[in-house]
Amino acid sequence: MNMGLFSKLFQSKARKEKAKKYKIGMEKTRQSVFGDLDTLLASGRRIDDDLFDDLEEAFIMADMGVDTVLSIVSHLRETVATEGIKDAAALREAIVEAMFKRYVRDEVIDTNLVIDQPLSVLLFVGVNGVGKTTTIAKVAHLLMQKGKSVMMVAGDTFRAGAINQLRIWSERVGCAFFEKPEGSDPSSVMYDAVQYAKANDIDVLLCDTAGRLQNKANLMRELEKISRVLGRAVPDAPHESLLVLDATTGQNGMNQAKIFNEVTNLSGVVLTKLDGSAKGGIALAVRETLGIPVKLVGLGETVDDLEYFDIEAYIYGLFTDLLDETD
Amino acid sequence: MAFEQLSDRMQMALRRLSGKARLSEKDIEEMMREVRLSLLEADVNFRVVKTFTREVKEKALDEKILKGLNPSQQVVKIVRDELKELLGGESHTFALKQGLNKVMLAGLQGSGKTTTAGKLANYLRKHHSVNPLLVALDVHRPAAIDQLQKIGSDLSIDVFDMGTKEAPETIAEKALTHAETNAYDLLIFDTAGRLHIDATMMDEIQRVKTAIQPDETLLVLDAMTGQDAVQVAEHFNTSLDITGAIITKLDGDTRGGAALSLRRVADVPIKFMGVGEKYDAFEVFHPERMAGRILGMGDVLSLVDKVTENVDEDDMMNMMEKMMSGKFNYNDYLKQLKMLKRMGSLGGIMKLIPGVSKMMKNVNVDDRQLVFIEALIGSMTKEERKRPALLKQNASRRRRIAKGSGRSVAEVNKLIRSLEQQHETFKQMSSMDPSKIDPSNPMKSIPSQPAKKQKKGKGKRKGGFRF
Repeated sequence: MNMGLFSKLFQSKARKEKAKKYKIGMEKTRQSVFGDLDTLLASGRRIDDDLFDDLEEAFIMADMGVDTVLSIVSHLRETVATEGIKDAAALREAIVEAMFKRYVRDEVIDTNLVIDQPLSVLLFVGVNGVGKTTTIAKVAHLLMQKGKSVMMVAGDTFRAGAINQLRIWSERVGCAFFEKPEGSDPSSVMYDAVQYAKANDIDVLLCDTAGRLQNKANLMRELEKISRVLGRAVPDAPHESLLVLDATTGQNGMNQAKIFNEVTNLSGVVLTKLDGSAKGGIALAVRETLGIPVKLVGLGETVDDLEYFDIEAYIYGLFTDLLDETD
Repeated sequence: MAFEQLSDRMQMALRRLSGKARLSEKDIEEMMREVRLSLLEADVNFRVVKTFTREVKEKALDEKILKGLNPSQQVVKIVRDELKELLGGESHTFALKQGLNKVMLAGLQGSGKTTTAGKLANYLRKHHSVNPLLVALDVHRPAAIDQLQKIGSDLSIDVFDMGTKEAPETIAEKALTHAETNAYDLLIFDTAGRLHIDATMMDEIQRVKTAIQPDETLLVLDAMTGQDAVQVAEHFNTSLDITGAIITKLDGDTRGGAALSLRRVADVPIKFMGVGEKYDAFEVFHPERMAGRILGMGDVLSLVDKVTENVDEDDMMNMMEKMMSGKFNYNDYLKQLKMLKRMGSLGGIMKLIPGVSKMMKNVNVDDRQLVFIEALIGSMTKEERKRPALLKQNASRRRRIAKGSGRSVAEVNKLIRSLEQQHETFKQMSSMDPSKIDPSNPMKSIPSQPAKKQKKGKGKRKGGFRF
């Protein structure tokens, strides 16, 4: 049996530790769908069309999207044929390998954020209610632990209470905070924040933006302007444009990624609320279609509940039941 | 726009059948595959899709239907009826009783509960003349109370809060006493967002519910939710006995399919929908009309509702007559625009007009465009406004108008084309055979556009999703 990639993936102890964290966050995830997969692939089950149909169902239920799922499953069918896999249990490894390869695509994926500029500017974008503000708090906490001087910028001047929400977070994590009155032009908030940061030895700016549905043309133009203004104020800014994506999002996540990418040239995705029962499979589809990697995942409500995305740990989290058995 | 892509796919599948005198089982299988994929792409729950396609297929294979005069039309009807059923049958009225009415909102983080609380209070105040009080029970999310206070002051609706130190059930009890002594007759409780699998938080909201004894417990669900929607609804329903759902963010380009599975799997009726950022972008959910919208038939009834709510009826009748008679000119166009403006955001209105959703697909609908169009028409002479043909024939007139309005000639041309397109649509409408018009949905009988050429290379999907 070909143990190559699979055993390489999960041999190291460090990796297993990391995987454990995901396992906790995704506990329910496994139980709800991938728990079924375990039964599905129980040793002795014949590999037939019914099995592939069941697999498709499991992947669809994880929100991976019709195209991605059909393509993974057809790939699995080929693997089964060429390698002469007869037993369903042997399919597990093929599944993990297929998902890993599709995600990595022979590239070196760097989940680190760009924070080494004289003034690094990180822009957080997304639709309403995905968790941008909370994510910023978590990132601020993470970067402060690395010794960076961080300032949050209250760029959501539209939603009632948004500025206060971010200010409270800045007080909790103990970082600087920049705001202008509600209703101010967000671009001008960004511009002034940059000037303030330059004068006050700030290393990293975390810029919040108002949630916006990607089909609202004028709001997307506003975002384009924010991005442009930042670029004029600081060379190459924003150094990161992060799309905050709610793990419960269905196929609309693809539209979000596409259109936000056109407007702000996304450098990565932050997948939030992965501690629920949703699997966040849309992030895999986004990577597959647009090449945008997941950089961070949100796994809870405290500032510590943020992890760098690790595809191995993610897959391991999804399939941990299956893998434990073969260990 | 919501449901647009879903309806495109459906229409494509349906068109392939149109014109056939007889449908084979294979035809129906082929069609069901498209329906299945489109529903899955729309985030309709997998289990629901499975049942749906099976039921449609069974009905479609019925011998009587196969021998009918126009089988494809009948299949369309089956798909539509089943879809309507899937969406929850009839729309649900929201009955308020005499005395104090208590509504509790619940849902995941970020689903839009706080905004919805304001919108719902505003809606019920407008339609039922009640005196609402918003109650801030979200003691967890930073500034959630500020947000509700701001919404309350924007809408001139009172907000009851006790800060973040008290337990939400305590605040709820105090709010009840406060409401009784202050003659409020509608209480809307905004609760903190929580994960359905978070036992501690679900316990909290159960305690809150016991304290409130609400008349309505509504689940607020984001229209963009994927397959997980059903799980969420089932969990909230088990813990709280949900009486209905409110779907938010339907003004996005999501197809919103998962929300539509709620009734089927979790037996939760959808009562309202949020369709925009403005406080009045909030409507009763109509399953019947939504089914028509999914199939691309336009949501004429919703439009009529909106229109009667905001526009003089005589104006509207005149306009309809003009449209049907083909004498629609720039004066009417401008009048129509002004009506639209009064009715609310253009994006929301446009998708209700049959055929327009397709036309507008790649056009960014921007309310500011209205201002430009007004400027363009304002720069026309009286004669030009009455006789659109003048502009069509004369380039110097077009240049003059562009100059006068500060817009480009291209925009003038676009306006001319737009008027022509309206003529086209209404010509088709008025040329319909009246005996074939379904009185409940006159738009149904509009002849459909010729089918687009089918894209090649769909082979990889063969074999997928057999169910």
